[in-house]
Amino acid sequence: MGNFGLLLDGFQIALTPTHIAIMVIGVLLGLVVGVLPGLGAPNGVSLLIPLTFSMDPVSAIILLASMYWGALFGGSTTSILFNIPGEPSSVATTFDGYPMARGGQATRALTLAFMSAGTGALVGVIVITLLSSWAADFALRFGAPEYFAVYFLAFCAFIGMGSAWPGKTAVSLLLGLALSSVGMDTITGSLRLTFGLSELIGGISFLVVVIGLFGIGEILMTVQHGLKFRGVSSRVDLRDVFRTIAELPRYYLTLVRSCLVGAWMGITPGGPTAASFMSYGIARQWSRKGKVFGTGRPEGIVAPEAADHSAGTCAMLPMLALGVPSSATAAVMMGGLMIWGLTPGPMLFTTKPDFVWGLIASMYVANIVAVILVLATVPMFAALLRIPFAIIGPMIVAVCFVGAYTVSSATFDLWLVLAFGIVGYLFNKLDYPIAPLVLAMVLGHKAENAFHQSMILSDGSVLVFWSNPLVGTIMTLALALVILPQLVRLASRWKRDQAEPLGD
Amino acid sequence: MLRNTRITLAAAAALLSTVAAHAEWLPERPVEFIVASGAGGGTDNFARTIQSIVTKHNLMEQPIVVLNKGSGSGAEAFIYAKANAGDPHKLIFGTNNVYLLPHVAKLAYTTEDLAPVAALALDEFLIWVKADSEYKDAKSLIEAAKANPGQIPFGGSQSKDTDETLVALIEQETGADFKYVPFNGGGEVGVQLAGGHIAANVNNPNENLGQWQGAAIRPLCVFSPERMAKGEPIQGDQGWSDIPTCSEAGLPIESYQMPRTVWAPAGLPEEALAFYSDLLKKVSETPEWKDYLAKTSQTGRFLAGSEFEDFIAKSQDNALKVFKAEGWLVQ
Repeated sequence: MGNFGLLLDGFQIALTPTHIAIMVIGVLLGLVVGVLPGLGAPNGVSLLIPLTFSMDPVSAIILLASMYWGALFGGSTTSILFNIPGEPSSVATTFDGYPMARGGQATRALTLAFMSAGTGALVGVIVITLLSSWAADFALRFGAPEYFAVYFLAFCAFIGMGSAWPGKTAVSLLLGLALSSVGMDTITGSLRLTFGLSELIGGISFLVVVIGLFGIGEILMTVQHGLKFRGVSSRVDLRDVFRTIAELPRYYLTLVRSCLVGAWMGITPGGPTAASFMSYGIARQWSRKGKVFGTGRPEGIVAPEAADHSAGTCAMLPMLALGVPSSATAAVMMGGLMIWGLTPGPMLFTTKPDFVWGLIASMYVANIVAVILVLATVPMFAALLRIPFAIIGPMIVAVCFVGAYTVSSATFDLWLVLAFGIVGYLFNKLDYPIAPLVLAMVLGHKAENAFHQSMILSDGSVLVFWSNPLVGTIMTLALALVILPQLVRLASRWKRDQAEPLGD
Repeated sequence: MLRNTRITLAAAAALLSTVAAHAEWLPERPVEFIVASGAGGGTDNFARTIQSIVTKHNLMEQPIVVLNKGSGSGAEAFIYAKANAGDPHKLIFGTNNVYLLPHVAKLAYTTEDLAPVAALALDEFLIWVKADSEYKDAKSLIEAAKANPGQIPFGGSQSKDTDETLVALIEQETGADFKYVPFNGGGEVGVQLAGGHIAANVNNPNENLGQWQGAAIRPLCVFSPERMAKGEPIQGDQGWSDIPTCSEAGLPIESYQMPRTVWAPAGLPEEALAFYSDLLKKVSETPEWKDYLAKTSQTGRFLAGSEFEDFIAKSQDNALKVFKAEGWLVQ
């Protein structure tokens, strides 16, 4: 158990007063950038990087990592309160978090989210601690076909379990795939669906679409429903926080499953956003109350939050051990690493144990610090909902547009937000599910690239997806996730037909 | 045109008469560093290192704001430069993509929309294979690709960019035929090689350093006129200077290097251009810059003015030959 000794050394580094102060500052800064949509963790971290040049690498990475944890927590806050995901990975939290907050239980929703997020993060760090040497080797086995299989699995886990009419799901999904293919294609280098507009060369930003679909779409709905969005008289009481914490063990099964899904997606290249969707989809399928998901079920908050943080934490491992960032923020941190003169790679664990284990130990501490800090803010944030719509509504609109602008400082994005706001409103009115579109936008382009690369490598043979046990298992599992629920449905219908033969 | 020249001449004359007063142009607003890559990439580190050096040595009074505009292989940054023609408070950080991209993709800018300020470093390219690969040297890899045309997967970053250009150049010069597989970035290609999913790649030293340290992969040769600078041993007793150049290894390609370049929107005042190239010259003489070059295994080379323009012309001609033979040229 050599890792354990190294971890204890790490704690000696992480638990100094300076480093704890750095964590508190990092988490608070992260909360701020996380709460503001658009100004997400990647932007926040890259703003901080120049400040870290003169710092000791361990202190620097602790600052950046703490900011990342803070941003992940902050992102959930606006998802729950206003239906605006502050971070891409907190989109799935809106599905049940927002309805619960609208139902007057904002404190409960926030506490559930933060506690399960904290649990997810801790499980993630434990996975890193125990598996650091093994997981790096495992991640090396992922070539293009395996990447595609992982994305495909995430798709199938979420889509196969949808409750909406399949035709509408397909429309939403295909629209998302089309949107994700806008811009310059990595594999061919050609421009697609840009219609000659320079603004579209870089593609359509996922965050901009999400801010429009959710934030503006929701405002339009509220306005049409006659400004009833007012004075959700949520009691603001710190005791509610503790009551919710006590209720958490009831969802242990969801919690454990979601943490595992997250750890899997963090180590393989899936990433936190895909993990949260996948976990939500599985939770809905496995829950006896799957039908009422989306109306404010606690499991619907626990599942995506735990998976998101577990994946976000585990994603640090491939970054350190292989130099592959599995999230945008990790990519920025890796740039920092190189500037500090550290080379991510298999040798980092041997050559710089102080740095690696100091960071890992700081993840334990910083996440506990973050949970305490965010729980303390819950009553304050929950109180925001008492503000009447006439005041908060325009503020939300302003925050949405400012947030969309900060993504890449482009005025064109403001028009996109408006357009997608209308799309979101129409989807809502016509009962089209938004989630498949969002998922397709997150994973569509990556999945397409991986598929294209696999086809180049195999000279166009689909059998490459069953060419070794690893990729074959993932692909078969993915297909099973789509097909089995349909079979179950058919079987139960058949049984019903047997029971009442004159039924139809 | 004639009118413009006359105005320029008049302006120049006016400037000459007051040369003492205007000798030094200074930025009046915060200066934007526009990075033609996403956060965390090689170009991003290049720009942020310069930012930190300028700030640390107080080389400029106005603050610096770094913005990433990396979409479309960097086209976003160059189109932004065009939209801000004549603005002396914006610098664009890129590689040779500034002048090569418009030849392979139909984009809303041309190289004339940017004014070259300086190049500060040359990044090297090497051929890498997996540590336990059957290919012991560059020659055997080439021979294998000749024996099995289109069968040996060669990974690279992006499509029709520096990596694919180099692989195409190797093919054209040697008659070998590889299966080129594009990935998103150098780090990803490095890991794909370490995992044995591709047979070789042409990563920059910095992109593969970690994997080489870990003895997962090894270099075959470097596309540089002479061997790289001596440094600490990286893997076993092997260091950068122990890698043969590709011409030593028998490949008829003497040099293939990627410049780290700085540009400004075209039409900015001459004095501003001079100010920035002077500023970057000072940056390139600091110990921190030397440190950055050593850490990223790049070759320091400061180019500005006509020297830089000659370099661009030559580099562009070489690349165009490859593009033409591959049929990548647009228009």
